[in-house]
Amino acid sequence: MSLDATTIQGETFVVNLGPQHPATHGVLRVKLTLDGEYIMNAEPVIGYSHRMHEKMAENRTYPQYFANIGRIDYVGAMIYNFGYASAVERLAGIQVPERAEYIRVITSELNRIASHLLWFGPFIIDLGGLTPLLYAFDDREAILNLLESVAGARLTFSYFRFGGVCNDIDEDFMAGCRAFIPRMRERLTLYRRLVTENVIFRKRVEGIGIIPPEICRTYGATGPVLRGSGIRYDVRKNEPYSIYPLLDFDIPAFAECDSMARYRVRMEEMNQSLRIVEQALDRLPSGPVMAEKVPRVLKPPKGDCYFNVEGARGSFGIRIVSDGTDTPYRLKLRTPCFANLSLFGEVSRGMLLADSLALLGSLDLCIPDVDR
Amino acid sequence: MTELLSTEPIRMLVFLVGIVMFVAFNAAYLTLLERKASSWFQRRLGPMEVGPHGLLQPIADGIKLAGKQIIIPDGVDRVLFILSPVMVSVPVIMNLSTIPFSETIEARNVNLGLLMILSFASFNVMGVMFGGWASRNKYSVISAARVVAQNVAYEIPMFLIAISLVVVTHTFDLRETVLLQSGGFWNWNLFKLGVSPLMPVACLLFFVCLLAETNRSPFDMMEAESELIAGAITEYSGMGFGLFFISEYANIVVGSCLVTILFLGGWNCPFGLYPGLHWFFVKMYGIIFVVIWVRWSFPRIQFYGLLNLSWKILIPVSLAHLLLTCVMVKLW
Repeated sequence: MSLDATTIQGETFVVNLGPQHPATHGVLRVKLTLDGEYIMNAEPVIGYSHRMHEKMAENRTYPQYFANIGRIDYVGAMIYNFGYASAVERLAGIQVPERAEYIRVITSELNRIASHLLWFGPFIIDLGGLTPLLYAFDDREAILNLLESVAGARLTFSYFRFGGVCNDIDEDFMAGCRAFIPRMRERLTLYRRLVTENVIFRKRVEGIGIIPPEICRTYGATGPVLRGSGIRYDVRKNEPYSIYPLLDFDIPAFAECDSMARYRVRMEEMNQSLRIVEQALDRLPSGPVMAEKVPRVLKPPKGDCYFNVEGARGSFGIRIVSDGTDTPYRLKLRTPCFANLSLFGEVSRGMLLADSLALLGSLDLCIPDVDR
Repeated sequence: MTELLSTEPIRMLVFLVGIVMFVAFNAAYLTLLERKASSWFQRRLGPMEVGPHGLLQPIADGIKLAGKQIIIPDGVDRVLFILSPVMVSVPVIMNLSTIPFSETIEARNVNLGLLMILSFASFNVMGVMFGGWASRNKYSVISAARVVAQNVAYEIPMFLIAISLVVVTHTFDLRETVLLQSGGFWNWNLFKLGVSPLMPVACLLFFVCLLAETNRSPFDMMEAESELIAGAITEYSGMGFGLFFISEYANIVVGSCLVTILFLGGWNCPFGLYPGLHWFFVKMYGIIFVVIWVRWSFPRIQFYGLLNLSWKILIPVSLAHLLLTCVMVKLW
């Protein structure tokens, strides 16, 4: 149910949603102009966790910046590692061994599932259902344990190195992955039965929070938000990198454009990520996990390059301009959440407060990723 | 002792003190049950530290609440702000004074008991509304408006079903209502299909209205946490908040008592054996458990969905139920 903003004639008032509010999942502030419970205007106010990641890059050597890159989108840090490592490798002309590529894909896809699970639970909490969160965390725990065993960290991974990864995966990790895949498939079926088919849940998300494809294009939205609007765009397919062209997986897209479509995209993506992990484990070649002859002090030649990866929340692009020294001259981050948030003001106009919060939840925002 | 109890004022006093203790005990231990039940649904342990299996947790919580400073923010309407927790909690205690827990345990038998409970139950919403309005917080004002719309919408079907039960039992007296259902479970109002074939549906509707009246999930518009922080009670602290909390649980107790008395035969045993207080409590706490179960299983409904449900489904069905019951009673 929504209302045409121009037809309402009444007294409005301003509510500050956040920066401390249960529904914003971070220090995001949205200035809402409300008429009753209808939103007349929504203006996201960002920057509460701005940490100058781009400027910091200009003062740090290339390997030192790995610690920063894991803290931008801390929920999907592995994939951001992937983007940064690949960008610098392209700039410096480093070849990555095949085994390392496979390991990178396996860990990234596991991280994508973990990230989607961390969206799934809080999204249902936004709608008032408190129980699924604990189930999602249970599954996420299994992934984090696996990743901890190879990367040593549970959240802000700095697992990748220029030319490979820092630790080889062992038999325990592979056995753990193989045990996790059928278990996660079972849980996805459980979530479908308990949450997706729940009548109240469907009423809350079906036909609500409609983002037309044109608006997605206007604001540059990517990731599940874009695919939930029916545009089948995924960096892994459209601008393939690493070993993704060798693997068999689908890009889910739903044309309904509502919150349910975005929900279904993410649930299906978890399934596809499981497929990718399964195939990559089967085909895992033996060999080294680090390229030889990576210089100890990395000084990429003069020039610039752009590298795009499919993060858990959308396309994450990184542009590095090198002046031949050991620090980047300029480093630009194109983060998906910033673009995905920017459409909120236009889409939420005329919606009810409760529905707009469901919309905000379905965008899957990571606030440090917006603010950088 | 029995002599002393037989004098009416002293008997009343004893029972009222008993009821206040019953309310306090229930409010305290229902919070524990809520936390424990939620932890069972969510595959965790719940409170375990204070006492064995967290059994002393409510006492610790109570001490903490009582020890907290009551903050009255600047610019609030002081009179209403202080009055509204009282307005919320007193009607509940009044309600429990007329509920017959067993054949002998009842503070005061009122021959219009059902009417009294329903009217005091609608008093409760006023307290919440005043509290939200007086808080001078935008979230609280939104919540206050929601509460009024919600309670008006759900009292109507609730009253309609109550009236159709009166048509069946010919009495407003709760004690007599229970006595009419004695024997076995086939005598319960729930299974009086001969008088009204829709009786189980009416019971379900009554339960839904009970959830909405007590502002429980999936109808917890009053304190929709992810939307309105804590709704009408955002600005309350210490025992001001505590009274809202106690009355929420006491309201659930009253509602469950009503369902037990009206539909499930009160203190009667399903098989006619050993009727008494224990059967009343078994049924009442069974219903309370279902209320908690629903809360931890379902997401929150939208506000317009809630009003649609009431005006488009509950009211027509309960009205039809009333008419059907009237016709059936007239025919037989």
